[in-house]
Amino acid sequence: MTQDYQDGNALAGPLAELFAVDVTAASGRCVSCGHTGRVADLRVYAQAPGWVARCPGCEHVMLRLVRSPDAAWLDLQGTLSLRVPLPPS
Amino acid sequence: MSARLEWRVAKLAGVHHETATARTLQLDVPGWPGHVPGQHVDVRLTDEDGYSTQRSYSLAAPADSDRVELTVQRVKDGEVSEYLTDTFSVGDPLELRGPVGGWFVWHPSRTGPVLLVAGGSGIVPLMAMVRARRQARSRAPFRLIHSVRSPSDQFYASELRRVARDDGGLDVATLYTRSAPTGVPRPPRRVGAADLEQYGWPPQFEPTCYVCGPTGFVEKVANTLVGLGHDPRRIRTERFGPTGG
Amino acid sequence: MGIVSPGFRRKRRDEDVELPPGQYLTEDFPVLSAGPTPNIPLDRWQFTISSEIGQEYRWTWDELLELPAEEPTVDIHCVTKWSKLGTTWRGVSLDLLMEDVETTADYALVHSYGGYTTNLPLEDLLDGKAWVVYEFEGSELAPQHGGPARLLVPHLYFWKSAKWVRGIQLQEFDEPGFWESVGYNNYGDPWREQRYAGD
Repeated sequence: MTQDYQDGNALAGPLAELFAVDVTAASGRCVSCGHTGRVADLRVYAQAPGWVARCPGCEHVMLRLVRSPDAAWLDLQGTLSLRVPLPPS
Repeated sequence: MSARLEWRVAKLAGVHHETATARTLQLDVPGWPGHVPGQHVDVRLTDEDGYSTQRSYSLAAPADSDRVELTVQRVKDGEVSEYLTDTFSVGDPLELRGPVGGWFVWHPSRTGPVLLVAGGSGIVPLMAMVRARRQARSRAPFRLIHSVRSPSDQFYASELRRVARDDGGLDVATLYTRSAPTGVPRPPRRVGAADLEQYGWPPQFEPTCYVCGPTGFVEKVANTLVGLGHDPRRIRTERFGPTGG
Repeated sequence: MGIVSPGFRRKRRDEDVELPPGQYLTEDFPVLSAGPTPNIPLDRWQFTISSEIGQEYRWTWDELLELPAEEPTVDIHCVTKWSKLGTTWRGVSLDLLMEDVETTADYALVHSYGGYTTNLPLEDLLDGKAWVVYEFEGSELAPQHGGPARLLVPHLYFWKSAKWVRGIQLQEFDEPGFWESVGYNNYGDPWREQRYAGD
């Protein structure tokens, strides 16, 4: 099997364009298999028209991000929930 | 956290050759906001026709006001790494944005034991942690295992020898996978469970483990650490993918 | 667009040819992939066209190879801006595969092994514009390029030429596929530079 993916750390830059917090440190739950893990540990296929992040457990697509010159498109259909760590308020 | 992430124009201030195929770029980035060791930047190159491509590179050292360092390994047919290691010259501009990444990071205020495991150029973000530890005069117990093919492939060799001698609480093990210098008893081979046991921390110490390198290396080391009894929640990984170029 | 990086040149050779707007020429064949390369044993491979009333037309691997083949030589244009000229493929025309299919549908949703989808008007698959191909430049189609078989629709951006093609669903309504549902253009004509939604 070829290793044709990076990990979710590669999403830090593209997602930092959209969010004020670092989403790679968040924990996401996979719609398909229920696996819960850090966004940083997702399998990211970036040699593509956009970023496709898949569950390391079942390869289900958990996140897609497309950047056009004047917009970003984010799809989180494959992510049931995202727990974002925040500093205590 | 700061405002929306924007591309900045850095200027190459200096170059340090690490190996025959890798060099450290010292970049001046006006208004650099500072960073935490382990974070990276996205670099964007654009040619005269408007063709543009971007890559991520780990920051190799703590920031020195507006000065940041990246160490870039040239990969075969990698248009970005070839440019950055061969063509990019002192005084040239470079677009970058960052710092980004909040997971594969070590905060110098942390005091718990740390295991760093690097495969090849995966040493770069881990070296940033070693340097930040020194700068902060941290006493956090650190162990660094660096897997390299041969002595000529090792980044930061003399600095690592020096910090291993001078920085209290830091151990450095360099393990060779293809050819070892004479006098090294361990025969060249891939990093295995025995190495991680010998040069790492016992799982009972509950170290935070940072593993960085090519995807296959990271998967194997992370799985081996879990097999040795380390809690998967304390293992942080960063993999190079196909766009390491 | 960013500042120009002094001395940076993409890896390609210049030739004096007309390309769709915003495209550059490449000599190699970049591999783009949104997921792992599926491993599809040929004895289990099937290609299915399903009509809007649920009727299915199915071919096994051996049945596909028995059909008369064509060898189109075409230019391909990837939305990530590379174009590759004069590529030669071997495969079966969609006209032939659609010959006995009874349908009044206007739209097609293409499915791949591995879960990828892409949509296009049915008329863009007909009249010599599309093929199911299994050879590239005289050799069997490599898995990273979509083997054992991929769709080839060269007049649209190459994401429409689904790798690892498994079937085509004919529908009366248009349904956005994998990239079309996250910001890419629903049609994707490279000559009109229809990259993103709204282009």
